[in-house]
Amino acid sequence: MRDVIVIGGGPAGLAAAISARDNGAKSVLVIERDTCVGGILNQCIHNGFGLHRFKEELSGPEYASRFAGNLENIEVLTDTMVLEVTTDRVVRAVSREQGYMELKAKAIVLAMGCRERTRGAISIPGDRPAGVYTAGAAQRYLNIEGYMVGKNAVILGSGDIGLIMARRMTLEGAKVHACVELMPYSGGLTRNIVQCLNDFDIPLYLSHTITRIHGKNRVEGVTIAKVGPDRKPIAGTEFDIECDTVLLSVGLIPENELTRGAGIPIDRRTNGAYVYENMETLSEGIFACGNVVHVHDLVDYVSAESERAGAAAAKYALGEKASGKVITVENGEGVSYTVPQYIRPDNCDKKADLFFRVRNVYSNKCITVKNGEKTVASFKREHLAPGEMEHIIIPVSLMGDAEKLTVSVEEAE
Amino acid sequence: MANIVCIVCPKGCRLTVDEKTFEVTGNNCPRGAAYGKTELTFPTRVLTSTVKIENGEISRCPVRTNGAIPKGKMFEVMSALRKVTLVSPVKIGDVVIPNVCDTGIDVIATRNI
Ligand SMILES: Cc1cc2nc3c(=O)[nH]c(=O)nc-3n(C[C@H](O)[C@H](O)[C@H](O)COP(=O)(O)OP(=O)(O)OC[C@H]3O[C@@H](n4cnc5c(N)ncnc54)[C@H](O)[C@@H]3O)c2cc1C
Ligand code: SF4
Repeated sequence: MRDVIVIGGGPAGLAAAISARDNGAKSVLVIERDTCVGGILNQCIHNGFGLHRFKEELSGPEYASRFAGNLENIEVLTDTMVLEVTTDRVVRAVSREQGYMELKAKAIVLAMGCRERTRGAISIPGDRPAGVYTAGAAQRYLNIEGYMVGKNAVILGSGDIGLIMARRMTLEGAKVHACVELMPYSGGLTRNIVQCLNDFDIPLYLSHTITRIHGKNRVEGVTIAKVGPDRKPIAGTEFDIECDTVLLSVGLIPENELTRGAGIPIDRRTNGAYVYENMETLSEGIFACGNVVHVHDLVDYVSAESERAGAAAAKYALGEKASGKVITVENGEGVSYTVPQYIRPDNCDKKADLFFRVRNVYSNKCITVKNGEKTVASFKREHLAPGEMEHIIIPVSLMGDAEKLTVSVEEAE
Repeated sequence: MANIVCIVCPKGCRLTVDEKTFEVTGNNCPRGAAYGKTELTFPTRVLTSTVKIENGEISRCPVRTNGAIPKGKMFEVMSALRKVTLVSPVKIGDVVIPNVCDTGIDVIATRNI
């Protein structure tokens, strides 16, 4: 029986494991299905990681190595796939070297990350030629395996991975003809629009979509059309672009097969498990952190959240259970979800961190936290966008007798 | 007044830069002020890419410039990187090309392979 088993060795899993060890867990095991730890960061060779945490501008692999280099007294099993987790904290896994194994833990941390949505690919009418990739798959081919996926590309979706790949392919000599986004705003960080598209004069078509992919064996071109407010293509606005590659960057989905299999309740708003302030799921002793809970755009936040999860897992393993009154956090006007969804004030260290996304692009608004009609906290924001995760801190002293807190976007006074 | 987005970190603060005095507002930290000024006077970028590596567990080694280089020199540096082949072992921070294209900046490895 181990104190803590962490599933997934990406930045979330590594930070949770380190924090569990540093908070007194005696035996900590990380299980990773890839041949090395680091998760998605290994293929994110661009810089911009860790500025807030380390006050340095690091690339993904460098950021990962800061954690991978601090794994003393932590056991790591790579090339090992977890097949099942149960609520009585049994982990079933399989590896080439050790075959099938069944491991028990006092506490479990789920840190399986995300995978790319492919739905965009399925819904595009037209031929099914080679040359259509998710942006993350193309990123892995190019940055780790050294294969260029094409010479003339069109990118569907303006998520960060697509934007980063637009620049990456341009620098490697390809021509990226356009980035096509269904919504009237970009899904990625503004800085990526600036340095990945604008720097290279790559046009961004907002409120547009690909209506057809052409080509027999290989992609030969795409048809693009403008969409109306109902997101449906507007007849007569179509135009064609010749290309040999289409990259899809239409979002990420938390990888929660294990969570679902264990019967742990999943929030439809985040596609991740419901969690308390310490990242405990609704199944006692099982914690979750990182992209498996909700999609993050900043790894610095992933690390901070995962350290809370790891510390709480260690506490639980050492016999200290969280208890007390539960406050439900709800998303109000303009807010699409919150993490955590539940707060136990007795279990907070004076404050609770709250993460959420907004539904639209707003300027000069106020984020309010209400207990019924009463505003308990408000935060001014000059700019809010769905592509940028928001973070607020609510002091426990302000929660008072609340049963429910509602987070909304409101007019600034 | 020029309105630009700070790209130094993913926060992406919206900066307003005075074109005469280069005074910056809207920045959340001092790096933003420095960025606002250079972006208008002499734009620079940190370049990241990969180079070939032999005898390693993977065949590409990620690299970056150890500081910002002139924006106009990005493609020149990319050509220089294409000529490089490293041999494992390589450590994070190892210099891959010193003073790349006379920019005064080194290209360094960003993964231990
Ligand atoms: C393309 C891209 C660009 C980004 N750019 C930035 C940026 O510029 N700045 C920034 O701060 N952040 C950036 N991010 C965000 C940040 O990298 C992620 O939020 C972070 O990596 C999430 O960490 P994670 O550990 O939750 O997930 P991952 O990194 O996805 O790790 C999950 C791990 O779990 C393993 N796993 C899954 N299922 C199993 C199983 N059943 N058994 C065993 N192992 C399993 C996976 O193999 C993987 O290694 C970017 C993300 C992407 C995808
Ligand atoms: S001003 Fe500072 S905090 Fe804001 S984006 Fe630039 S570097 Fe980040």
